[in-house]
Amino acid sequence: MATPSIASGVAGPTAESVFGPARRRIGEKAIAFALFCAAATSVVITVGIVVSLTGETLAFFADDAVTASGFLTDGQWTPLFSDPQFGIRPLVQGTLIISGIALIVAIPLGIGTAAFLSEYASPRVRKAVKPTLELLAGVPTVVFGYFALTFFTPSVLQGFLGMDVSVFNGLAGGIIVGVLIVPTVASVAEDAMSAVPQSLREGAYGLGASRRQVTVRVVVPAALSGITAGVVLGASRAVGETMVVLIAAGQVPTTSLDPRNPMETMTAFIGATGKGDVPTGSTGYKAIFAVGFALFLMTLILNMISIRFVRRYRQVYE
Amino acid sequence: MTSAEASARPSSEVLGVPPAARTLRDRSFILLLGVLTSIALIVLAVLLIDTAIDGIPQLSISFLTSFPSAFPAKAGIESAITGTLWLMAVVAFVIVPLGVASALYLEEFADGTRWWNRTIEVNIQNLAAVPSIVYGILGLAYIVRGPLSLGRTVLAGGLTLALVVLPVVIITGREALRAVPPSIKEGALALGATRWQAIWRQILPASIPGIATGVILSISRAIGETAPLILVGAATFVAFNPTGLDSPFTALPLQIFSWISQPNDEFRMLAAAAIIVLLVILVILNAVAIRLRNRYQQRW
Repeated sequence: MATPSIASGVAGPTAESVFGPARRRIGEKAIAFALFCAAATSVVITVGIVVSLTGETLAFFADDAVTASGFLTDGQWTPLFSDPQFGIRPLVQGTLIISGIALIVAIPLGIGTAAFLSEYASPRVRKAVKPTLELLAGVPTVVFGYFALTFFTPSVLQGFLGMDVSVFNGLAGGIIVGVLIVPTVASVAEDAMSAVPQSLREGAYGLGASRRQVTVRVVVPAALSGITAGVVLGASRAVGETMVVLIAAGQVPTTSLDPRNPMETMTAFIGATGKGDVPTGSTGYKAIFAVGFALFLMTLILNMISIRFVRRYRQVYE
Repeated sequence: MTSAEASARPSSEVLGVPPAARTLRDRSFILLLGVLTSIALIVLAVLLIDTAIDGIPQLSISFLTSFPSAFPAKAGIESAITGTLWLMAVVAFVIVPLGVASALYLEEFADGTRWWNRTIEVNIQNLAAVPSIVYGILGLAYIVRGPLSLGRTVLAGGLTLALVVLPVVIITGREALRAVPPSIKEGALALGATRWQAIWRQILPASIPGIATGVILSISRAIGETAPLILVGAATFVAFNPTGLDSPFTALPLQIFSWISQPNDEFRMLAAAAIIVLLVILVILNAVAIRLRNRYQQRW
């Protein structure tokens, strides 16, 4: 009786009989390629955004009524008037003032919440606070707009605080946008604080520091790049926020610095103009794209900065 | 400074103030953090209560089953609800295959050292933070008009919203895939499965609860989005239900926005009622997502 052995040349199982015909490998390649195409659509979307914005923006500047220097320096923005003026400064200024107010609100609230959740809260409190913050983040912004216009301005600013503000004003818009971005700032900042190694805290406790000292002098400085990332991301959301400012801040492009007056942001202009049926090719239609382009650039820069900072804290501790 | 000099310094200089004062400061610090944490939550509570007070008296069956009207007493949100349901269907239809496929590619196939894969990753991170109104501009230029020319239809609105939330689906999908331990895949591969067999029969089934949670949360974000729909030009006065993908439509957030924009207080009350309906839909979706996550998520 011959002992079958590999060397004797008896046909054992081949790669083909075990793994199926080779065409399956081709199938694998095809699947991988199909998945790659799906992932690549995100790049196509970005290209679509950039190309659509750039094309109409160039057309906007080619328009006789528009000059590049006037766009950057002119203090008036009246694109739908019969004698239109195209100075983007009032819109940029409105955006910066409202985002500034939002950050003044969101920075202490966001960082305070993050420090509380990361350093002080018991697991039970965390379990109650975190989903509520998620709920806050999940409320549609149009609802916050309603709240700013029908409750916050009349009942809090005019009523409770007795301030002399218009029905539509930048202050209410800014404060409510600030509350809206608290979950964004808090969640990124808390991630960063939780990533601070326990050994740093223990070292400080060993030296006799109290919990407050550990939080303020050890955890916050060690998590600073992550906290910065959260704040920058919050700023980017504030700049891009549309509904609250469209509803509550008014639609008056102005160079006034007083947030008690109505003002218009870049996003509010886009929303207010897009609402009406602007004919394709009109200067008003092109102005949407020019302002959109400026908005896209601003948020893109903020996002890149934020991604940088996140990477930095990940590199240090992970 | 030598260590001898350092140890000669009084403890108050090293640690700050003496212990008694320190506990006072420590306590006020806790109080401060507690106050800062509660402010946002209080605003949320006030918002919900205020909306409930304004809106609940307006809620009725006829409000849910009437079309918008110039008379507040007769106006309702049927066309807004059906419009929102149509949009949700389109969004789900687009983001599930596209989002899952992208997540699979990035987690299982992509070689992270290649520049094109890194480009895709950074690009998705950036897209996630692009303001939704910019997607609205894209929708207006390329989906409603321009290359696709779908007009102001359900399909155009749904596609635009799908673009807004696609990055979120991809990011949460990747997290769900990453949560499946590598040993599962390695076991399958060791038994002779091909890469795709391991993914399709092992990794994907194990990650479905996580992926589904991400999809539901993305859909709930999409149905609250207003700004892109304003630009895509959904009409706000639509007195009929959508009949198909090529039908004009309105949606709940848009109807709310349109009523808020009316100077008439009665319409603002209607807006509050519609907000309640929208929030109830969102809470239901989120509850389903949380249940899915808790019930089917495996601990490895």
